[in-house]
Amino acid sequence: MRREVPLVLTAIVGITMIIAHFLPPLNSLKDLFEDWFFIIAAFAIILGILNLILVNGNNIYRKQKGWPFGVVVILGFLIMTIIGLGFSGGKSFQDPGTPFYYLYTNVYSPLSATMFALLAFFVASASYRAFRARNIEATMLLLAAFILMIGRVPIGYWFSDWLGDALGKTADWIMDFPQTAGQRAIMIGIALGVVSSALRVILGLERTYTSGE
Amino acid sequence: MSGDIIGIWIGAILTLGIFSFLYKDNPFYKFSEALFVGISAGYWFVVTFWQYFVPKFWDNLSLSFHELVANGRIDYHWIYLVGGFFGVLMLLRLVPKIGWLSRWSLAFIVGTTAGLQFTRYLESNGIRQVVGTIKPLVVGGNLGTSIGNIIIVVGTFTGLIYFFFSKEHKGAFGGAARVGVWFLMINFGAMFGYTVMSRMSLLIGRMDYLFSDWLKLIK
Repeated sequence: MRREVPLVLTAIVGITMIIAHFLPPLNSLKDLFEDWFFIIAAFAIILGILNLILVNGNNIYRKQKGWPFGVVVILGFLIMTIIGLGFSGGKSFQDPGTPFYYLYTNVYSPLSATMFALLAFFVASASYRAFRARNIEATMLLLAAFILMIGRVPIGYWFSDWLGDALGKTADWIMDFPQTAGQRAIMIGIALGVVSSALRVILGLERTYTSGE
Repeated sequence: MSGDIIGIWIGAILTLGIFSFLYKDNPFYKFSEALFVGISAGYWFVVTFWQYFVPKFWDNLSLSFHELVANGRIDYHWIYLVGGFFGVLMLLRLVPKIGWLSRWSLAFIVGTTAGLQFTRYLESNGIRQVVGTIKPLVVGGNLGTSIGNIIIVVGTFTGLIYFFFSKEHKGAFGGAARVGVWFLMINFGAMFGYTVMSRMSLLIGRMDYLFSDWLKLIK
């Protein structure tokens, strides 16, 4: 029961999804499975939230280091959830003018954008330390990144305007040909990897997800 | 002060809170970070609730219930209870004695994902990319296109050779793999360049928010 049922379930669902792709009459079954998938995913979010509250609640209860920030986490979650579920007009909760939209625009969006903007500094300092033209491969990476970056900004145009925007055109050429070739090799490699992994999972050869509680 | 101005002040203070990490880890940053975690969890919970849970589970069951009450018929929408059943099994992960039942839901998720990705990746990442690579190496009267096509075919093929680890990378095979690495490096460089530019773009956006929307120093 503990191992056999999950393996059989995975095989049945996986094979059905593949067959349904080739047999249109089975599309409604495929759609139903996708709907169930989203319902389970919604419950999984609840599981994640419960875990977040348990971990932070435990920190607060035991007065562990930094526990006041646990209070902030739980309060932030409760405020966003209560306003989104109860005071923002139901399914139109994301419409401009709702309290949820207000929180999204003035709290979530600035925090999220700034968190990622912060990475600009760390990427810059990390690349300064890591990028050295030690060999041909490293030099090619460095040059491609440099030309791409400078060729896409006004200063690049300003520098190479007298050469007919050579930097911009070189950046376009890199994107259209060598970059496309490298990207294609990666994409085909990923496709082969995903297909073989999916087959292993469906056939029950890969069963790590059946272990642990 | 109107709601908009208060909102901009809140956004600006939280933006400075996150940026204060550039000096060092401090309580102001930790507060902003904790708020971000809580607000994000709440945001995704609400989005999931209204966009997935309600339309796919609640609305379908409501339809069935109304049909049952109004006409005494059991219609097919009750089948969505199965999704809910698997969802509840997922929550049992929190109950140690019967936590193993959550593997059933996990198995359903894994099976659906494997089946979907199998065909999706084979089609978009596999077949379409191979088709896109089969190009004429010589295009009459157009040297630029010919060179471009040769680069794409050679780059893709040698790149794939690099990913083939069942044969030792020596001799001609090793040489081809090395050429493949060059193309991969150009690709990584381009991706890195775009990542840096996107982060810079976000940084410019935040600066614009602070100096234009908040301080009104830039018009």
